[in-house]
Amino acid sequence: MSIQAQLRDAILKVLPDVECVIGWGPGPDPLRNAPLFMKTPDDVERFEAGPLSVSNLAVFLQEYKGNKVGIVVKGCDSRSVVQMLAEKLINREDVVIIGYPCEGVLDAAKIVTKLGLPQEALEAGMVAKLELEGESVTVTARGKTTELAIKDVTATKCSICRYPNAVLSDEFVGEKREGLEDSYGDVDKFLAMSEEERFRFWEKEMERCIRCYACRNACPLCVCKDHCVATSRDPHWLTQADSPRDKLFFQLIHATHLAGRCTGCGECARACPVNIPVGLFKRFMNRATEKLFSFQGGVDPEATPPLQTFKLEEPTIQERNWK
Amino acid sequence: MSAAKFIAHTDVPAWLAELAASMRVIAPVTEGGNVLYREFDSATNGVELNRKPTESAKHVLFPRSEALFTFRKEPVPFAPDSLDPATEEDSPAPRMTLTQPEAPKPTVVFGMLCCDAGGVTTFDPVYGGRYQDPYYLQKREATVLIAKACNEPLKTCFCTWVGSDPANKRDADILATDFGNGLYLEALTERAERVLGSKLLQDAPANAEAKAEALHAAAREAIGEVPSLEGIDNTLTTLFDERDFWWSHSAPCLACGICTNLCPTCHCFTITDEKASGAGVRLRSWDTCMAALYTLEASGHNPRGQKAARLRNRVGHKFSYFLKNNNGRISCQGCGRCIKSCPSSVDIRRIVLDAMKKGCAVKEAANG
Repeated sequence: MSIQAQLRDAILKVLPDVECVIGWGPGPDPLRNAPLFMKTPDDVERFEAGPLSVSNLAVFLQEYKGNKVGIVVKGCDSRSVVQMLAEKLINREDVVIIGYPCEGVLDAAKIVTKLGLPQEALEAGMVAKLELEGESVTVTARGKTTELAIKDVTATKCSICRYPNAVLSDEFVGEKREGLEDSYGDVDKFLAMSEEERFRFWEKEMERCIRCYACRNACPLCVCKDHCVATSRDPHWLTQADSPRDKLFFQLIHATHLAGRCTGCGECARACPVNIPVGLFKRFMNRATEKLFSFQGGVDPEATPPLQTFKLEEPTIQERNWK
Repeated sequence: MSAAKFIAHTDVPAWLAELAASMRVIAPVTEGGNVLYREFDSATNGVELNRKPTESAKHVLFPRSEALFTFRKEPVPFAPDSLDPATEEDSPAPRMTLTQPEAPKPTVVFGMLCCDAGGVTTFDPVYGGRYQDPYYLQKREATVLIAKACNEPLKTCFCTWVGSDPANKRDADILATDFGNGLYLEALTERAERVLGSKLLQDAPANAEAKAEALHAAAREAIGEVPSLEGIDNTLTTLFDERDFWWSHSAPCLACGICTNLCPTCHCFTITDEKASGAGVRLRSWDTCMAALYTLEASGHNPRGQKAARLRNRVGHKFSYFLKNNNGRISCQGCGRCIKSCPSSVDIRRIVLDAMKKGCAVKEAANG
């Protein structure tokens, strides 16, 4: 039985006990799924899980606090759920977690590039049909059908995924997969630039930010919601000017607030409508937290994030190199 | 109006460079994997006419953030006499100096989509109707819009559903149609004259009109079947209090501002004073009805506290409230950016079609 069929069975089993089960269903174009909120067995018929199930559904859990819901999670999504549990943002008894071994999700931009950008000026919205079969994906655009290897078009985060399986679940279907290594090569590469170059890089990137705050709203661990510093009028922390300075300021606040909490799901960067690599800020912080506190967010629901507590002697921090 | 013209693709950069000598030229260019409307720079920017711009062109006439004026409080000179209560009435009051922004530069937007030009004409009744907005109107008057007929609609395009067209001649000043080797330019308004004087422009080839019409028809055809949205304004009014309808459609919404910020027709703004030490600027910047702050009242009450109520406002404004004040014109232009760029795949077409279906059912139930 396919993973999708097994997941459908698991959802149907959970359905009578919950308000809804959050999963994925068909999206507005062949390249992506949309979140699906299943209340009836008919809804479950529309459920899909696989390389198109990109969005991290944990972002919706806080809206259902106090009502029991089910949620289908990939490995990365499950870490968000775990981190929310660790911070008591949601109650364990309110959520039924259905996990599966994720094989990676597709990156629409990579597919489009493989199909012939920039020479053919193709866009994701021109893809008429997409079929998944084993290790390959067959895409039809402008009347031309191309077969691609899934591994060549998966999201970059999937090629460094340490936790492909749900780290916490009530129901787990399928066979667990081996995790991969993440050596933070992207952060190293970025840090190889001079400080001046890095600043210029962000100045250029932030210039096209439209201040939609999708990076913030797609983040399951952004907790201030309607009371964000970025839009608060009283106090008036950030100006409404269309300047890289204010936009960068918000990104730095966001990344700092996520230090030791971010689970690296990558939704902030995926949500960005103008492709600003905002995930890099958080990746930098995650690496720092791992180095300083030997801590990874979203792995242990009982753990306290390092910046929400203190230890008189931090075991991993050697002051003045004294032994 | 001048006769139709033609320009070879190879001559376009030179033409834009010519125009740039006396005007601000805005054109779609590729940047960081996106297509953005940017100021044309002949040295670096290749114009991108084959991919759809990520953003609309509305910021040219309605900047993301614009200074309405700057202000500066003049220091009051120290006058010992003024401390004497007997002479207090004569003491000078603090003076405030206000400075108006400079008049907008003549501008041309080259290669905008027809749906983006349509966005501009939905702005017109808002900023140039009952209330005349000088900031908008000055820019509007100074700007020539050259729209390019769309030749390859995306999966998310639906302009024909909402009374527009991939090659509509209602909104822009010039309509450009891509003949493969160059652009066929049809002047649609008097304003077009301002940019059609170049020697690089040739007379339109024979049969150009028929050729263009065939291309337009093909694009129209590619969008597919056009469902009826007859009566959508009243239907949405009927559904206003249908909690389950709005709750289920808004469930996947992240309540971010992608849809409204990329939309060619969303025109809401907020005003803030950005000041320090008695000097500053009064900014008008884009607001979004998808944000909680949009309707937050001074009392702390928010009539649109939930995202369902905010999504209802966005859909309601485009497909109902705007129609009632604008002779039945749907403000949505069907560009599909809100669908294409939504990280949660919220699809306004589905909401509207579902409303048409549910609305009929609700009406029938009410009529017994």
